[in-house]
Amino acid sequence: MNKKLKRLYYWVNDRVHLEDLVGFLGKKYVPVHSHSVWYYFGGVSLFLFIIQVVTGILLLLYYKGSEELAFESIKFIMSKVMFGWLIRSVHSWAANLFVLAAMIHMFSVFFTKAYRKPREMTWLTGMLMFFLVLGFGFSGYLLPWNELAFFATKVGTDIAGVVPIIGKPIMIFLRGGEDVTGATLSRLFGFHVAVFPGIFTVLLGIHLILVQRQGMSEPMALEGELEWVGKTMPFFPNFLLRDLLLWLIVLNLLAILAVFFPWELGQKADAFAPAPAGIKPEWYFMFMFQTLKYIPAKVVIIDGEVLGILMFGLAGFLWTIVPFWDRKSSRREKNRLINYIGIVAVMYIIVLTILGWLS
Amino acid sequence: MTVSEQNKVRNPGKRDFLKVMLGSSLAALTGSVLYPIVAYLKPPKSGEVEVSTVKAGKVDEFDRDSGQIIKFGTKPVLLVRTQEGEFRAFSAVCTHLDCTVQYRREKGTIWCACHNGTYDLTGRNIAGPPPRPLDEFRVIVQGEEVLISKKA
Repeated sequence: MNKKLKRLYYWVNDRVHLEDLVGFLGKKYVPVHSHSVWYYFGGVSLFLFIIQVVTGILLLLYYKGSEELAFESIKFIMSKVMFGWLIRSVHSWAANLFVLAAMIHMFSVFFTKAYRKPREMTWLTGMLMFFLVLGFGFSGYLLPWNELAFFATKVGTDIAGVVPIIGKPIMIFLRGGEDVTGATLSRLFGFHVAVFPGIFTVLLGIHLILVQRQGMSEPMALEGELEWVGKTMPFFPNFLLRDLLLWLIVLNLLAILAVFFPWELGQKADAFAPAPAGIKPEWYFMFMFQTLKYIPAKVVIIDGEVLGILMFGLAGFLWTIVPFWDRKSSRREKNRLINYIGIVAVMYIIVLTILGWLS
Repeated sequence: MTVSEQNKVRNPGKRDFLKVMLGSSLAALTGSVLYPIVAYLKPPKSGEVEVSTVKAGKVDEFDRDSGQIIKFGTKPVLLVRTQEGEFRAFSAVCTHLDCTVQYRREKGTIWCACHNGTYDLTGRNIAGPPPRPLDEFRVIVQGEEVLISKKA
């Protein structure tokens, strides 16, 4: 067997010079220091993305994306198809863990300022992927066509419609008409299973190539530490094996969550039923939802929700382009302002999320 | 002088002509590919008949101090019967972010669960984020029949 594998390797190597790649992997090192733990969350996000692709394809075998059949087809998956409940539950849970892992990854990169020159493009592709992850969450949430999803989609797309001038056409484009109907389901289904995964895969490719090409960023804080003398570990096999071990742990966590806390299906959506009391969005949209509750109907002359949405849009935009305005970090100077901004953002999200849960 | 430079000197008019032709062909090609795609993305207006009046039901089907959602074409309308037995109807679409409102018996108000918006029984926004009152509909009681129609 081993001999055969070797022959296969030589056969391929003869044609595409694999030895360059093997040599590159052999020379790749990961810095070891007190912040090394954050290096693993990108890998965890990648693992969860792979899980989503696999379980997503499995769900596609039985899911029917139409107003009449969507809810029933998921019911069918959960009650009739062998292990259907597991696949669907894993897909829902992994989606949530994916957002969480991506968030941790993003904040750790932000606080260690790993986005600074020369890694601006890595940060940008990462942020675009993060917005896509939220898009995956939003579009996937509607697919079971249940009551909560129906109103979440109404509110979410209406928020897009609030943006001056371009908002209304965007809302109609997203909804496939004036209202949330079966047409909206078809569109979001298409985004969820074709458009987003396609774009995401391209961005992920660029992101990973950049990481391989540039290597891991070392936190600036370490440069002052005397005891840190550039200790590293080989990527292959040391770091990779640790990565795989963590993936195994995440897989177990997913299994536990999916089995012991199965994802509910809820009530089928009814366009002529009032929004149920206690309706809440997914936890990762909660802080924005809660903010919208607090902003009064009118702030001076503009509508409260317009103000809220424009503020979130502006904050998200500034966050995305941080490598381009945080000049200090790129010059390897300390920039405390970034830490304060990050802390305020994290605190704001945590506090409003808790308030949202309590209310 | 290279050949292309010689050409440029010899034939400036011909070169510009070719540039314009190529450029406009490219623009026409881009336009004729993009236009159908962009137009395709815009959902067509569904040719539904405009509804002006619907039958909500019989008077005694509605309890006093209660509210019910009635289908008005494709839109939901909230029909409220007050404690005094009077009928009132409003668009059930919250003016804040498009959720569907409900009648809240314990408070005698119209309430939206999504962002905690409240309206009174004349449809006026009295608390929470809604920026405008609910659109009002006309209720006509013809004998036993309750009819809802658009306000002119």
